[in-house]
Amino acid sequence: MKKLLVNFNKAFESRVRLGIMSVLMVNQSVDFNTLKELLILSDGNLASHIRALEEVRYITVNKQFIGRKPNTTYSASKEGKKAFHAHLKELETLIRGQAV
Amino acid sequence: MEKYTSPEETLTEIRHLMERSSRFISLSGFSGIFAGIYALVGALAAYYYLNAHGNADGKDAYPPGVPEYDQLLFLAGDALIVLILAIGTGIFLTTRRAKKDGNSLLDAAAKKLIINLAIPLLTGGVFCIALVYHGNTFYVAPAMLIFYGLALVHASKYTRDDVRSLGMAEIAMGLISLFMPGYGLLFWAIGFGALHIAYGAYMYNKYEK
Repeated sequence: MKKLLVNFNKAFESRVRLGIMSVLMVNQSVDFNTLKELLILSDGNLASHIRALEEVRYITVNKQFIGRKPNTTYSASKEGKKAFHAHLKELETLIRGQAV
Repeated sequence: MEKYTSPEETLTEIRHLMERSSRFISLSGFSGIFAGIYALVGALAAYYYLNAHGNADGKDAYPPGVPEYDQLLFLAGDALIVLILAIGTGIFLTTRRAKKDGNSLLDAAAKKLIINLAIPLLTGGVFCIALVYHGNTFYVAPAMLIFYGLALVHASKYTRDDVRSLGMAEIAMGLISLFMPGYGLLFWAIGFGALHIAYGAYMYNKYEK
């Protein structure tokens, strides 16, 4: 059991980060407020997790203006998608391991 | 930092988040039932009106050739009332349900659903107006059913998958009615009335009970 966990991705250790990735996997791009509502988080909390994912290049940030209001949207990067799939596979293996 | 206790729990939450972020699932089953009832009442009104106004067998809301102005006005008004009542009830019931479930009503997923429904529906609406304008009233009922069905199939990506089946059924009704002249109103009543009631009841049973 312990050995399986070695392959676990550190970036997805927190449920918030995994949650952000889950949302970005099925949506081309999502803005900050939508993420905040979906994950029920405070601004600061969400921002710090987003920064962490941005640092490992799992998500990309697009800043633009709608009228005069800044609007920031986030998308999953290629690396991020790959890492997320790998992580899911790992979870699957873990569940199978338990079942047997 | 919160961590997961089990991989099963993790997967459940991932699935839940993916669904909630990309699909609008608060649509109330009751709104389908009400829409169906309005459509049936509207179709009955059209049936009796056409019967009383010399449309011999009364089977067809859209007899060949250009209908009289009065008839057209009555049918258009009838359809408009059905549409407004159906949408109004739908919005009311869905708002109530979204509140109860603690979901916001007009989130990103809802907007996507509305836009993707609206594109084929508005196209169909203009298409039907053009049909009436050119006097091809026979095609209006099939065209309404077909465009509505296509809109549902298209929009099903943004809501429950079951909507896809309803869309397919509507398309089938529309295509069959194309080959059954004289039964336009009947197929319209089945497609917008009976199918909506059956679908609404099914959805209520499956997700809201």
